Amino acid sequence: MTESNQLPNKVAATKSGGNNVMGLEFNSNKVFFDYSGLIPFFIFALIFILVPTISVVFFAFKGNFGEWTLENLRVALREEYLSSLIGSLRLGFFSAITGAFFGFFTAYAVSISGRKKLQRVVSTASGVFANTGGVPLAFFFIAAVGNYGLVTVNLNKIGIDIYSGSFTLFGFSGLVLVYLYFQIPLMVIVTYPAIEGLKNEWREAAVNLGASKFIFWKYIGVPLLVPAITGAFLLLFANAFAAYATANVLTSGTLPLLPVQIGSLVNGNVIADQTNVGMAMGLEMIIVVSIAMAGYIYLDRRTSKWRKK
Amino acid sequence: MKKNLTGSTVSPKPGIGLNLVLILVFLFFLIPMFSAFLFSIQVGDGTYSIFAYTRMLQDPGLASSLWLSTRLAIMTIAIVLFLMVPTVTWLHIRAQKAKRLVEFITLLPLIIPPVVTALGILNSMPNFLLNSPYLLGFVYGVLTMPYTYRALDTGLNSIDVKTLVDASRGLGASWRQVLSTIIAPNIKSSIFGAIFLAVALVLGEFVVASLLLWSTLPSWMAIVGQADAEGAVAVSVLSLIFVWLLLMVMSLLDRKKKLQIKLGGI
Amino acid sequence: MRISRRSGLLVSGIATALAASVMLAPVQAADSSTATSLADFGGLAGLEAKCKAEGQLNVIALPRDWANYGEVIDTFLRKYPGVNVDSQNPEGSSAQELAAVRQLKGSNRAPDVVDVGLAYAISGAAEGLFAPYKVATWEDIPTGAKEKNGLWFMDYGGVIAIGYDAKRVKVAPKSIKDLANPIYKNQVALNGNPTAANAALHGVIAASVAAAGADKGVKDISNGVNLIKSWKKAGTFLPVQASSATVANGQTPITLDWDYLQGKYAKSSTKVQWKKVVPSDAVIGGYYVQAINKTAPNPACARLWMEYLYSDQGQNLWLAGGARPIRLDAMQKKGTANKKYVADLPKLPAGAKVIFPTFDQQTKAKADLAKLWGKLN
Repeated sequence: MTESNQLPNKVAATKSGGNNVMGLEFNSNKVFFDYSGLIPFFIFALIFILVPTISVVFFAFKGNFGEWTLENLRVALREEYLSSLIGSLRLGFFSAITGAFFGFFTAYAVSISGRKKLQRVVSTASGVFANTGGVPLAFFFIAAVGNYGLVTVNLNKIGIDIYSGSFTLFGFSGLVLVYLYFQIPLMVIVTYPAIEGLKNEWREAAVNLGASKFIFWKYIGVPLLVPAITGAFLLLFANAFAAYATANVLTSGTLPLLPVQIGSLVNGNVIADQTNVGMAMGLEMIIVVSIAMAGYIYLDRRTSKWRKK
Repeated sequence: MKKNLTGSTVSPKPGIGLNLVLILVFLFFLIPMFSAFLFSIQVGDGTYSIFAYTRMLQDPGLASSLWLSTRLAIMTIAIVLFLMVPTVTWLHIRAQKAKRLVEFITLLPLIIPPVVTALGILNSMPNFLLNSPYLLGFVYGVLTMPYTYRALDTGLNSIDVKTLVDASRGLGASWRQVLSTIIAPNIKSSIFGAIFLAVALVLGEFVVASLLLWSTLPSWMAIVGQADAEGAVAVSVLSLIFVWLLLMVMSLLDRKKKLQIKLGGI
Repeated sequence: MRISRRSGLLVSGIATALAASVMLAPVQAADSSTATSLADFGGLAGLEAKCKAEGQLNVIALPRDWANYGEVIDTFLRKYPGVNVDSQNPEGSSAQELAAVRQLKGSNRAPDVVDVGLAYAISGAAEGLFAPYKVATWEDIPTGAKEKNGLWFMDYGGVIAIGYDAKRVKVAPKSIKDLANPIYKNQVALNGNPTAANAALHGVIAASVAAAGADKGVKDISNGVNLIKSWKKAGTFLPVQASSATVANGQTPITLDWDYLQGKYAKSSTKVQWKKVVPSDAVIGGYYVQAINKTAPNPACARLWMEYLYSDQGQNLWLAGGARPIRLDAMQKKGTANKKYVADLPKLPAGAKVIFPTFDQQTKAKADLAKLWGKLN
């Protein structure tokens, strides 16, 4: 269940000096030639991800008549649209917290159980559930805890009404619940290597040196796991923040969320004052997710450094 | 089981609390699937019938959206095989210095939310492209890049590419032979892994397809669900079964499972 | 010498090809997309022939159980067997219809015709999305119900009614204000998102009038939003789009929707016992509007569809669906309206004054809703 590199297949190595192919050296052309094989890839990435992204950023600053303006951003941060940003930030946060909590302890429990079969099952299952698309997932939960879902109905029969409180599948609480379905597996996959890396030898050594469980965790366990967990949290946050499909199917515009708001702007709600507000909101999303992902990547690099054997 | 110096085991076992968490999580994942299955075969007055399934299977929308999704999946597989594999191989053989840059580029689809990519595509692409479903195929090729690249990269890291290439070239093999008979078989499992991830993503992708007004399987499912909840649940169950079958096939073909993840909710 | 002769041949070859293509080009296509009435086709037969040549009609957002559209489409198919009808995105909103027209421009998937709320029809016309066309029965459409050049024209309408499943809803609601009663927990739904869907928009307007009276209610939609907010607090409001499916499986036992749509909810399942009532505190009426896509991929069939819809046959089919067709008055005078269906139309509460929100009022309501609706949660 580790994504780290496997031991290389060592083949009898013939000693060859540098990029010496067929005994020929392409000196000045070498650099270009070396990179030329990547040209198709660069063109592909340029057209289908760089250009669209740059266009969003570009149009975020263009007004109704093509002039440069900050008006789009101003409107996007105005109360009614700001609520979408805040809603998505809240959703990202709570979804990440709950996913991280359950995911971490699941990973931890599986790791220390030592049962190989369980670990294989969890590994496979995590791969499957993390890949469960947003649309089918929404329908699974409608079937389970919707107004006439099986769980709802059966709990009603024994007198428990899950809708009596503030819970509703078609709102914030519902989304946090549904998102767990892919957040937990994601957390498991991302933190499992870190947990496994908490070598037993260290635990034994600490015990032998007279450390209590608490001391072990305080000085060894926690410091080593915290970067991994924090990084994973950021990843889960970005994931929930940017998610569209499930939110769209379940709330369809009734809950202020940034991606759904952008979607409904595209789908035809014409805003009288600024036509490029959607672009400004897209820019907001890019900024938030970039920050979160940058944090994750940094922390991931740090944790994998000491984890390599 | 690790043993310490005195020979007794020290590694902790999960206590009651952790076991409880495991059971809770296990139930959490099972119940929605089970409910979905029951929901789709229940008629409402307590009887069971597979009518929802037969109704959906007869719906022309299912056939056409499935066909579109399949074509897009094939196109994405082609991109993996004919763009990603050569690119990553080239990267390992020839252009190691570009690794950082390429890796960063492959992370872009994760950093830029798909809804923003869809927005940008609507903005910047000419009409003739927007009117063709194959634009989606290219976008999917990009959206799958983080996962396909990682899978292929990990695979290539585990074999000593330079040595293999040098040895085979030294023995007179052409580039095509090197790629097809030396490199490819060694990273077969990675290629399969990459393809699996790509197909899973394509079959589940919703944002870009629905904003560009294409009826792929997921976007058609969402539309159906507005009018026919049981039918939509039935199709969801079918799609999950299909993903499982795919996964099973993949793992049968690949002993060394290096499963990766796709960020959910796309 | 050689070169100039070759290029001369080339030029004349191209010229011939161009001339031939112009002559052989489907002249119908150019004509069809600018035709403004039957006269341009030389009569109905001419139009039918052109449509047969096109062989395709794209419609959008027409649920089969909405004002009997299913039968409308089926009858059209039977009448013109050579034409394939693609009914896209049946539960789509008015906003989505216009978005499809914009986004799919130039593609053969674009919708040929749209059936949208009044506000959307007017804004679409202003945007230049529609082509002018006057159907054969143009004179029967009241003056206020059509754009003078034929860019859009009303088709059918009704009033907002409360529908409910008598099996699940024990206490019958009589007015919109009743819907705040906590016994209707998680039961009340609109037909979609009011910022994008016409039916839902009028539902909120009805709530607004119920809350603040006819005058203030129509002018200030925040009254309606606040009322619905109170429903949310009481737990009665469901942010789910009501449809036959949600009624059938019990998700939305109470709907605030057009009266003719309550009929479809009634038919959705044998298990529901659907009743409808026009709310005592707000009678909001509205007509939907037809328009032809200016860049329709099948312009002839688009126009044939319109002629069909506005014929007695088409109008009676809508009448059968419980909606008031726009030519109803004229047809009753001529005696061509189906008397049974007329008798089945919902009765309005005695002395009720039907309020038809004007275009300006609707536009303002939409703009305000865009800001307020997101704050509902």
